[in-house]
Amino acid sequence: MANRKLIIDGKEIEADESITLLQACEQAGAEIPRFCYHERLSVAGNCRMCLVEWVGAPKPQASCALQVKDIFPNKDGTPAKINTTSPYARKAREGVMEFLLINHPLDCPICDQGGECDLQDQAMGYGRAAFHRFNENKRAVEDKYMGPLVKTIMTRCIQCTRCVRFATEVAGVPDLGATGRGEDMEITTYLEKAFASELSGNVVDLCPVGALTSKPYAFNARPWELRKTESVDVMDAQGCNIRVDTRGSQVMRVLPRLNEEVNEEWISDKARHACDGLSRQRLDRPYVRVNGKLKPVSWQEAFAAIAARVKTSTPNKMAAIVGDLAAAEEIKALKDLMGALRVTNLDCRQDGAKIGLGASGEKLPRQTYLFNSTILGVEAADAILLVGANPRWDAPVLNARIRKAWLASGVKIASIGPTVDLTYPVQQLGTDIGVLEQIANGGHDFAKVLTDAKRPMIVLGSGVLTRKDGAAILKLAAKIAADTGMIGPAGTHAEGGWNGFNILHTAASRVAALDLGFLPVGGGRDVAKIVEGAQKGEIDFIYLLGADEIDLAHLGRAFVVYQGSHGDAGAHHADVILPGAAYTEKDGLYVNFEGRVQRGRRATFPPGEAKEDWAILRALSEVLGVKLPYDDRAALVAAIEKDATHFADLNAAPVHADTSAATWGAVGDSGVLDNMPVSHAIADYYLTNPVARASETMAKCSQELVHGAKQMAAE
Amino acid sequence: MLADKDRIFTNLYGFQDPGLEGARKRGQWDNTKAILELGPETIVDIMKKSGLRGRGGAGFPTGLKWSFMPKEIKERPHYLVVNADESEPGTCKDRDIMRNDPHTLVEGCLVASFAMRAHACYIYVRGEFIREREALQRAVDEAYAAKLIGKNNIHGWDFDLYVHHGAGAYICGEETALLESLEGKKGQPRLKPPFPANVGLYGCPTTVNNVESIAVAPTIIRRGAGWFAGIGRPNNTGTKVFCISGHVNKPCNVEEEMGIPLRELIDRHCGGVRGGWDNLLAVIPGGASVPLLPKSICDEVLMDFDSLKNVQSGLGTAAVIVMDKSTDVIKAIQRLAYFYKHESCGQCTPCREGTGWMWRVMTRMVKGDAKVSEIDLLQEVSKEIEGHTICALGDAAAWPIQGLIRHFRPEIEKRIADYSLSASGSVVADAAE
Repeated sequence: MANRKLIIDGKEIEADESITLLQACEQAGAEIPRFCYHERLSVAGNCRMCLVEWVGAPKPQASCALQVKDIFPNKDGTPAKINTTSPYARKAREGVMEFLLINHPLDCPICDQGGECDLQDQAMGYGRAAFHRFNENKRAVEDKYMGPLVKTIMTRCIQCTRCVRFATEVAGVPDLGATGRGEDMEITTYLEKAFASELSGNVVDLCPVGALTSKPYAFNARPWELRKTESVDVMDAQGCNIRVDTRGSQVMRVLPRLNEEVNEEWISDKARHACDGLSRQRLDRPYVRVNGKLKPVSWQEAFAAIAARVKTSTPNKMAAIVGDLAAAEEIKALKDLMGALRVTNLDCRQDGAKIGLGASGEKLPRQTYLFNSTILGVEAADAILLVGANPRWDAPVLNARIRKAWLASGVKIASIGPTVDLTYPVQQLGTDIGVLEQIANGGHDFAKVLTDAKRPMIVLGSGVLTRKDGAAILKLAAKIAADTGMIGPAGTHAEGGWNGFNILHTAASRVAALDLGFLPVGGGRDVAKIVEGAQKGEIDFIYLLGADEIDLAHLGRAFVVYQGSHGDAGAHHADVILPGAAYTEKDGLYVNFEGRVQRGRRATFPPGEAKEDWAILRALSEVLGVKLPYDDRAALVAAIEKDATHFADLNAAPVHADTSAATWGAVGDSGVLDNMPVSHAIADYYLTNPVARASETMAKCSQELVHGAKQMAAE
Repeated sequence: MLADKDRIFTNLYGFQDPGLEGARKRGQWDNTKAILELGPETIVDIMKKSGLRGRGGAGFPTGLKWSFMPKEIKERPHYLVVNADESEPGTCKDRDIMRNDPHTLVEGCLVASFAMRAHACYIYVRGEFIREREALQRAVDEAYAAKLIGKNNIHGWDFDLYVHHGAGAYICGEETALLESLEGKKGQPRLKPPFPANVGLYGCPTTVNNVESIAVAPTIIRRGAGWFAGIGRPNNTGTKVFCISGHVNKPCNVEEEMGIPLRELIDRHCGGVRGGWDNLLAVIPGGASVPLLPKSICDEVLMDFDSLKNVQSGLGTAAVIVMDKSTDVIKAIQRLAYFYKHESCGQCTPCREGTGWMWRVMTRMVKGDAKVSEIDLLQEVSKEIEGHTICALGDAAAWPIQGLIRHFRPEIEKRIADYSLSASGSVVADAAE
């Protein structure tokens, strides 16, 4: 786009014609107050706080709504003059501020937004000095019900409509709207029903005042009391960037952190509100099962119990399974420990997904199990085939990105699997996996859509990868990818490269564990065979690193060690419990489904006697006589980086490099397709992991938004 | 005074047949094909030369507005939208046109749409206008039946005309709110730019015109730009339907020359002010939105855009509201303040919050229960609304109050003084007891 010269506060700048005056002013270093304007939402122009003076124009201009291309130069050809700090502009803003405040309750001392309130902050700058001249009664507005997460105090609302625009545009759920006219205009959910979106908590961040606040966090803390730690979310595999706010040893709340390539500035409700689960159901000391009952013991006793059992076992009768929330550090430590004990029955695929290994049991390269298109790349895609994936629950923030792509380009999306509302139009291809075969053979209409597309994508969800015929499905998917031009040139999509083969993981630990080879390579048993072996007595020692999602009831008489943070399913079946740290209590590397390595930071310490997980394994290794060769986390990370060099490359998504047919030919295994209908992996979005299951808030959400919806449908 | 031969709306009072037969007798639909044969450029040129200024209130030159439309149809269709959401208090001209002379409008829609290369036109009729929309629909049906409009009509320009019913909101008379409402959304004004000629109905190039502006177009083209421009005063040409209501002996709608003296308009057509000219207190000359004028100005002022602007008021919709000396002028303006508070769409801050504030202060002032300093406060609040809003409703809410303060400040001060006197009197009385 062309540039246009503007003189902003006496400073001449060249601004891109496609941007708004507000953005141009910011480029010129001017600060523009605003309430309704938000970069990621459509322009409403209704708060009028961003008024600036355009010298010569008859009235002040709303800078958020005025595009640079509409600012014509003066008649004599000199650039238009914009003043953002002149008395004229200031007076206009002071007027607007006065209007906003006359009906605002000014109850800052009892408002949860206090201290981080746009209205409060901007009133400091534009409020008229200490007097008020509004002698009428203030308006009072009835509070609305918006579900278990969003608390409303609607008298504070300044009708900026950010929440309404977020709901309709980003979340794609038209549950919020405005009713009434003039001063009686109210933001509402219309029917006093919950805001049915997995992204609903974001409206709390967007609300510039205290009208929408977090219900679980209500009256809990003041922002200035909180210590802020930048970390990474583990509730799904997207690796959304978060900020963990703690007071003392308690995590008070979780907020999103800006990362354009991953989560923009949104996080899911689970990422935000499962944090109350961090202080419930915690394992805070070691236990050993004695006569069928768990008995609190010291660390030494617990380690001794394990050592005694390991001594009587043999490597081929031992197994280890990594759970969904583990960081790379403990995965590496457990792998090294098991390696030292010569155990090969290792698996990280709790759900039994047929990924990571080739037909003959060899470890496959990374790109065969990554979300190769990258999250940013979704915006460039022009056709998407979802197979057994429900992105709205598998990764809600990714779903918002797909919706964004659909809004911008109308990308064609089709889905094999149950019909769910993904917030954008989807061509439903049914639940018969045979459709995938038809597409692979070119005998289906959507095959042509994929072939004609420049940047087609296939997204395989856990719903199909975990099936018995998962390997065969993978093979078909790889064939589709190769045949329809999904495996394009090397490079990022911005450079013209493209890789449309995508696995949508749901477990935060999965990619790191696959990267580190926590797999039954060399003839080991996978999860299903471990369970089967345990039942038959062929496995007598199982080490669960936070693994709660496997079939624990059928482990026979095997000795189970559970290392983890919560007293969830795994702990109930354990013979020895080693209390570990939750994701907010340790420094850890996580790899999201794109293959992006990100670092989570410790915000608080583990409760009681619990320890950081890698340190537990390191201590145990010493008792077992196979001391691991790292004494601190730095040495451990160095060892990880030696195993997999990409761990050194923090925050970057891998660049698609491998276009060789051999790589994609090795994916999956030929086999007969099952005629079982395709389903989705997640049955209850709010209760997918031990932290979420311990959370009271998530339980409420599940009851109201998952089961409540089902009840309503049944009625 | 306008001669009968120069009248455009010859059946404004409904004395004749409003149907197609009657309309034909009055000269409508007379060789409309010849008008279209002039071509769009010529039609727009004639409209420009006629000097017609939009009759909906703002007075923007109609021909110029038409010329903003793209010169050829590209990937997006063009639309003409006729604003028949006549809701301005005091205004009742469009309803008479739709009731009694609807074919002027239907023919105008065809001509204007052709000039702007639109194959479809929507007439957005105010929700409360039940009979009017029935009458208009009858005329449209007749025109369809006679193949005057529709696909393959006798004029050779495929043209569909739809009558759409609003739901009765003042704000939907604002052109972009009207488009939103027409699209089925909440009627709230859009941000401008982009203007409708670029991004209008369904994102397509659109022109929104008032009923009267469209209805006069065929006659202007038939009789020539020179004829229309010869009536009235420079820059304020042609004829205009005035709606006179309030304290006159015979309230009426009348088509008159632009620039007719206000006094002549009232005396000649309305039988004068109730109780004689000297009994006049004030006049709102152009619908509720414009500032009122005290008698001293009414004595001399001419009724056109520029003359009224010069006295800090406006022609608006030419709805003349006459108030004689029996009027409580503060109460009158307070009622208008209530109207604007009630009709504000609530979208942008100054109007949403300010209209309620002004109404409440005005309500106290009617009683006199206020401080004198609050008159300045009211003035300042009105200035904080004016020019700071998305649409002109904020301005419209501010102006009547500014007019009141400008011309009747002593009246307000007296009311306040009287009230505080009586109040303190009662305090003294209370103390005495």
